[in-house]
Amino acid sequence: METIDLAAMGLRHLNRTLQSLDPGTNRRHWDVVNPRGSHAVAVGLSAPVEVTVRGSTGYYCAGMNQLATIRITGSVGPGVAENMMSGKVVVEGDASQSAGATGHGGLLVIKGNAASRCGISMKGIDIVVHGNVGHMSAFMAQAGTLVIAGDAGDALGDSIYEAQIFVRGSVRSLGADCIVKPVRPEHRALLAERLEQAGLDARPEDFRRYGSARKLYNFDVDNAGAY
Amino acid sequence: MTDDRSATGMISMAERNGTEAGVPRWQQEIRRAAETGIYKIRGGGAGRRSLFDDLLFLGASISRYPLEGYRESCGTAVTLGTRFASRPIELEIPITIAGMSFGALSGPAKEALGRGASAAGTSTTTGDGGMTPEERIHSSQLVYQLLPSRYGMNPDDLRKADAVEIVVGQGAKPGGGGMLLGQKISDRVAEMRTLPTGIDQRSACRHPDWTGPDDMEIKIMELREITGWEKPIFVKVGATRPYYDVALAVKAGADVVVIDGMEGGTAATQEVFIEHVGIPTLACIRPAVQALEDLGVHREIQLVVSGGVRNGADVAKILALGADAVSIGTAALIALGDNHPKWDSEYRNLGSSAGRYEDWHEGRDPAGITTQDPDLAARLDPIEGGRRVRNLLKVMTLEAQTIARACGHNQLHNLEPEDLCATSVEAAAMARVPLAGTDWIPGQDRS
Repeated sequence: METIDLAAMGLRHLNRTLQSLDPGTNRRHWDVVNPRGSHAVAVGLSAPVEVTVRGSTGYYCAGMNQLATIRITGSVGPGVAENMMSGKVVVEGDASQSAGATGHGGLLVIKGNAASRCGISMKGIDIVVHGNVGHMSAFMAQAGTLVIAGDAGDALGDSIYEAQIFVRGSVRSLGADCIVKPVRPEHRALLAERLEQAGLDARPEDFRRYGSARKLYNFDVDNAGAY
Repeated sequence: MTDDRSATGMISMAERNGTEAGVPRWQQEIRRAAETGIYKIRGGGAGRRSLFDDLLFLGASISRYPLEGYRESCGTAVTLGTRFASRPIELEIPITIAGMSFGALSGPAKEALGRGASAAGTSTTTGDGGMTPEERIHSSQLVYQLLPSRYGMNPDDLRKADAVEIVVGQGAKPGGGGMLLGQKISDRVAEMRTLPTGIDQRSACRHPDWTGPDDMEIKIMELREITGWEKPIFVKVGATRPYYDVALAVKAGADVVVIDGMEGGTAATQEVFIEHVGIPTLACIRPAVQALEDLGVHREIQLVVSGGVRNGADVAKILALGADAVSIGTAALIALGDNHPKWDSEYRNLGSSAGRYEDWHEGRDPAGITTQDPDLAARLDPIEGGRRVRNLLKVMTLEAQTIARACGHNQLHNLEPEDLCATSVEAAAMARVPLAGTDWIPGQDRS
């Protein structure tokens, strides 16, 4: 285990050090202390290392992550794991808005609550939120899975494409073209796998599934009121 | 209405075209809307008369000393990204290729733009949809756009780029998102954008993970951290409130500000947007320069201006008003062969004609440029296309140099507003140069 004191060494030193790690490195375990709400902590990593950030961070923690596993023991600001490609990011606390925005792959686990726009424009990332999510979550979500063990706010899945949403609690309202969909065995199996990966003890059969009605995929004037 | 706008030089393309078969265009449009139930979508930029034609250079005479046209040198090089980036972009000419996506354009067209720009010593730019291997290979200097959709965005390509351009908006549709209709969403385009083949693909109007300039400052910092503070960060805005937008881009940490006037083209946007939102390119330059000057960063932060740039005279005028470089989009497509008369019969089969074709969104471009149809795309030879784009860039540069020498300058960037006058009150007011033959600059205090 190697330790970087962010307050002492600075952000450039932290990111340069972690970004320079070779995929075959044996320096695989890193502790980052004193993050003190800093922005862009552990961004652009591309090696399968394990990084623990001890505390809370600001914007864009773990942004564009590839292969790395990044655990934040506190809470995170907007855009955690934005545009993540692969790997795993775990937030022990809460996440601000736009968590996992535009993520292409990997797994984002938020053990607390996520604010608005969680999973906005997601492109293949899997997101599991143990708590609640705010309004406009999964807005224009293209691919991937958003699992919400708590409640969802207004306009869930507005203008959703092919992403899948599972919600255990209540949904305040659905956005345009987002509908309740049947849960077939393959969906239940997929959900069970995500729950296990996220360390969430919940029963798949307690979740409902939401997705696209695909009515807005090609413009039709008769649907103008939905836009 | 028409008379008033004629007086200001702001005449729409529809009005200039007059009537077709004796039917006024506005009536045709009402009938079209009533029949189809959808607003008119098209490509291109605002079809208004270029205000740059209302500016003239004051060549040297007794009070100024000219340089010999073909004998004395006139520098054209410019460096973009000198503020924070450790590897700024060095360009041989101050004319770059603007962002146009693979998806909107065919693969051969993107390759040709890269070839042409590289041969001319300048940069090209990706677009909404990500970076293709072909354009990276054939572009010696490639600017990678970060758009609200983030289609195809990934850290590997980010690091392969020579610069990063955060697109806040574009001149054809400031405040609006993008649209690529289903007929252009081929399997490859769909895969790059992680969307089903054949659906209408919407690009968001706002970035998904930041809202205002304070957030953008943090976003820029994140991008710098991911790219090791090497790449210049451009911020591109559509021209609406240029003074404040440029000032905020500077505050947010941009190395380069790109401002795109309403004449700037688009692959597909509602016509009501193209023609009625935003301000002309000429009107945005002086406020943008003023913002840089007020902040003490003019020339330290470079200004790139785009939108309706057609020739070397336009280039020279934009540089004279204080920009560091220009970008061309539509002009480059015309150079490639778009709207060429040799395709006139096919354009007519599409209900248009050579010189008027702007249905770039339909993906049926006979010239093989704004299409994803493999048979049509194969019509464009990327090597010949690259040669034509290089030639255009070289000619535009030579034209600008010719003007600069005539004004007594041995560097294009030494052109200045004092070299210009205007033939209309409106152009004089926007460019803040005197009306020809007078010392009157409209809007400036003469007391």
